Parts: sequence; structure tokens; C-alpha cells
Amino acid sequence: MNNLRNDEKVVFALRELYGKYGYTQYKMNKFEEYDLYAKNKDFLVSGNVITFTDTNGRLLALKPDVTLSIIKNGEDIQNGLQKVYYNENVYRVSGATHAFREIMQVGLECVGAVDTYAVCEVLLLAAASLERISDDSVLDVSHLGVVSNAISALGISESATAEIVKCIGEKNRHGISEICEREAANERATEQILRLVSTYGTLREVLPQLIKLASDYPENTAISELITICRALGDEKKINIDFSVTSNMNYYNGVVFCGFVRGIPTGVLSGGQYDSLMCKLGKKSRAIGFAVYLDLLEDLSYEREEFDVDVILVYGEKDSVGDIKAAADRLISEGKSVSVQRCVPEKLRAREIVRL
Amino acid sequence: MKNYLNIALPKGRLGEKVLGMFERAGFPCPSIHEPGRKLIFENEDLGVRYFWVKPSDVAIYVERGAADIGVAGKDILLEYSPEVYELLDLDLGKCRMAVAAKKDFYDDPQKTLKVATKFTNIAASYYAKKGRDIDIIHLNGSIEIAPILGLSDVIVDIVETGATLKENDLEVKETIVPISARLIANRSSFKFDGERINALCAKLAEEVKND
Repeated sequence: MNNLRNDEKVVFALRELYGKYGYTQYKMNKFEEYDLYAKNKDFLVSGNVITFTDTNGRLLALKPDVTLSIIKNGEDIQNGLQKVYYNENVYRVSGATHAFREIMQVGLECVGAVDTYAVCEVLLLAAASLERISDDSVLDVSHLGVVSNAISALGISESATAEIVKCIGEKNRHGISEICEREAANERATEQILRLVSTYGTLREVLPQLIKLASDYPENTAISELITICRALGDEKKINIDFSVTSNMNYYNGVVFCGFVRGIPTGVLSGGQYDSLMCKLGKKSRAIGFAVYLDLLEDLSYEREEFDVDVILVYGEKDSVGDIKAAADRLISEGKSVSVQRCVPEKLRAREIVRL
Repeated sequence: MKNYLNIALPKGRLGEKVLGMFERAGFPCPSIHEPGRKLIFENEDLGVRYFWVKPSDVAIYVERGAADIGVAGKDILLEYSPEVYELLDLDLGKCRMAVAAKKDFYDDPQKTLKVATKFTNIAASYYAKKGRDIDIIHLNGSIEIAPILGLSDVIVDIVETGATLKENDLEVKETIVPISARLIANRSSFKFDGERINALCAKLAEEVKND
């Protein structure tokens, strides 16, 4: 395992973790009908998709996302739960480079009669996934029901609503105040939004604030739902409540979450409950899931090996294949890694060089 | 190894003002005032590290985590939409993003409007909201010259006093959005250094009130 890269070690650890909780691996084709993404473009992290025409004329796409395929191909379970995990490459435009990249993604989906227990299990598995990446991690959880109820109460235009959602995601209190003033928004609702944006911290810290919010704004019934989830999660120290976690409200509802690891500048995990997407795809069941973006783990510092190989075994023109093979096998049997070479390569770092 | 709070400041006049505000808020760094060509300055006792970068690059340093916090103009945040937290309006470097044109310009709605600007995203989104068909011409500087030479009908640019426009026989036709310097934070840094960032933010907020 010592020779494995960070992302490879994490894949093994996550597969083991999900397996323990009864999630089975979902293996899928690399290609999907383009139509699926064309109809649900807003759900994708990036709207761009690599497409090609199959030999029979069908327009296919290299998968930019896994969740849509799982929903499309999965059963519409209304009693019980289908629990799956995946480890797949997806192809999409990366935010920072603005170019297509192959991104290895591990994630899980829980589809069916999703209840409070299922939500909590997925949240705890998300937090545990982050811990498999680093000891210094945190999972930020928001509830879109709470946020969308608070925004509806403002009574503002659709374009201003989009601006408010952006400001919530940026923790931009002054921006929210400006928009609400400009739109002559309901004052009580404005205060609620500003309080939500300032509500941030561990479950233990935030719970009393949520209880106060629920009592001050009883019409926002989703706050009670979130309180129930917080209480069920107990004193989980690496889960924070943070209403700045936002997702597309046309697809997501209920809890949405984002995971961070110290040393990586962006979120490495994101997920949420997407009953609205299920409904759009004609399914009656509910669903929740998340994905871990393994390409980001390159930013994590790790101990670099001092040498690429223990021994460079250099042979000459006159050495026979049998002698070279025997010498290499002998070194390998001593527990050393061996690179057999005709001459010493410039960039290969070896503990010792042995000439035959 | 000491865990420094890395702060990206915009080079230039605005940066000097911002540094003054950070100093008054209790985060001085004496070495930053020493003459020389150094770009990075540390105050070990306070655990802060300042560095000067091009104003338009501050948001990139913060978004990519090279800086935990920084100060960037609202124009840059609107143009590039970096994924950062915008924690405070510092009320410094106040100006506005505006549409300007020659004094006798008449906007003929039957024609595509030619717009010269450095801020193509801001201009595109402004005219998209109005449903106006435009042809954007991206320029990197001396934007004011474009309508004079007939390259564009209007320009979208930052206007502070309006003196440059006036000298070139141009005037502001519409204000798009007011601009000022904002305190921004990397999202991941905020999770792990939130206490320090919030404390600094609170002290800066007091400074903003006092100014």
C-alpha cells in the first residue's frame, strides 16, 4: 500500500467503508445517451458535455455525471432503499482550467424511502469519507427547505432571488441587505435571512440558535426538520451547520452538504437530497447521495519517496537474457525493487546501481 | 511550523489605504514599510503574512488558497465570479461601473450596440437583462479612445471622478453598479481558520464604521 498515491489509498478506504454499511458497487458504462444531459443540463456541475455519434447514429456522451445514470437505470423503489456506491471516471470542464478533464469520482447514492435515519447515515458516511482523506476535515451542512422558505418570505422578484442565493453562498451580508433594501423586501424575512447567514458552527453550538430561529419564525417549518436531524446526529464534532452551502433548488431539496479538508482550497465532497430531480425524471422515490472528487487530492502534501527504485541493474551487450533475469530475480527475492536497464537513466533515482 | 494567516493585498494606492486599515485594526507589519523589492512580509508575533499582488489577481490567489484572505474590488468579483466568501464591504476605493459615450451619442434601438470594455462579463450580463443586442469588443486598456475613433458606440468601464471622460468629451450615460473594495476569504481557509478570520473581520468592520 506504501506505493499507492493519495487518491488510490482513499479509493480503497472508501470502498471498504461503504461496503461495511451495505452499499454495493454500481458499475456502469462510460457512455450515456446525450438526451439525458440535454434535459437536465442545470443539474450538471458544468453544462459542457463531450459528445460523439455512435455507429448506429445515436448521439452519445462521455459521462459528465454518475447520479443521473443511476437514477435513470435504477428501480423506482418506494418501500425500502437501494444503496449503491460507485468509483467511476467522469468527463467534464474543470472550473479552474476551463478545459475538459477526466476526473475520478467516488460516491454513493441512497434511493427509495429516504427517512431521517437514511439522511443521517449518509451525512455520517460523508463525514467519515472526509476522515479517510485527512484528520483535519469538516462537513458543512445546510437545509435548502429552510433557505428557500426564508427567501420566499422576502416577497422579491425572481432576478433578485437569484442574487440573494448568490449572496448567501458568499456569506455576503452587506449584499443581502442592499438587495432587500432595493427590493423593499419584508423586514422580518430580511432579518431571518441575515440570521441564517450568520448561523455557523458545530451541531452543539448551532442547535440552540436553530431552536430560537424555529420559535421566532414558526412558519419556516423546515427549521424543525433540520433540528430533528441535528439531534439525531448527536455531538458529531466534524459536522457543521452552514447555510452558505447552496445547490440548484430546482433539483435539490432538504439537506445539502459540502466537505472540506485542510490544505485543499475548494470543497472535496458535495452532495444532498434530490427528491425534486427524481420527480423531474418521473420517479416517485426519494434520494440522497454525494460524490468525493479525487482529482483534488493531489493538492494534499504527502511524504515523497526518496528513491524511485531500490536498484538499477545495468547489463552489458555480452550478458545473456538468462543471466540478467537471474540477477534481477535474486535482488527481488531480497525484497528490493529493481529496474533493469541498458544504461542508467538520467531521471530515475535509485538507492544503488548494480552493474552485471 | 507557524500557521500564518496569508493576506493578499492589491498593489497601488488602494492597497496602501487597505494596509492602513489593517494596521489600525491591530494587524501591523513593520517590515512592510522598509524600502526594498520584497513582496512578502511577516509579523511573526501576530501570525500574519502580507503580500502585494496585482489588484486583478487578488481573487485568484484567494480562490486557489495561496492567500487565506484578501482585498479585491467588487468589479473583479463581478467579472470573474471567483468561488470565495465576500465578508465585508470596506467602503474604500469607491467608484462605479458605468456606461459612457460621446456627449451627442444617441442609442438607436434598431442597431446592434457596439460596447468596448475590459469587463466583458459585466457588460454582457447588464445588456442581457435589458434584452439589448450588443457586440462586445474586449480591450485591455485606454478604453475611452474606442468611441472617439468609432471602434465602439459606448464603453463600459470604472468611473471614479469622471475627469478622464470629461477630458475626452465623453460622459456617463448609465450607472451599472457601485464598486468598492471587499474583504474576501478562501472557503476552505474559513472552515479551518474561521475564528481568526472572523476576529479580523470584526475589527475591520469597526474601522469601517469609524472612518
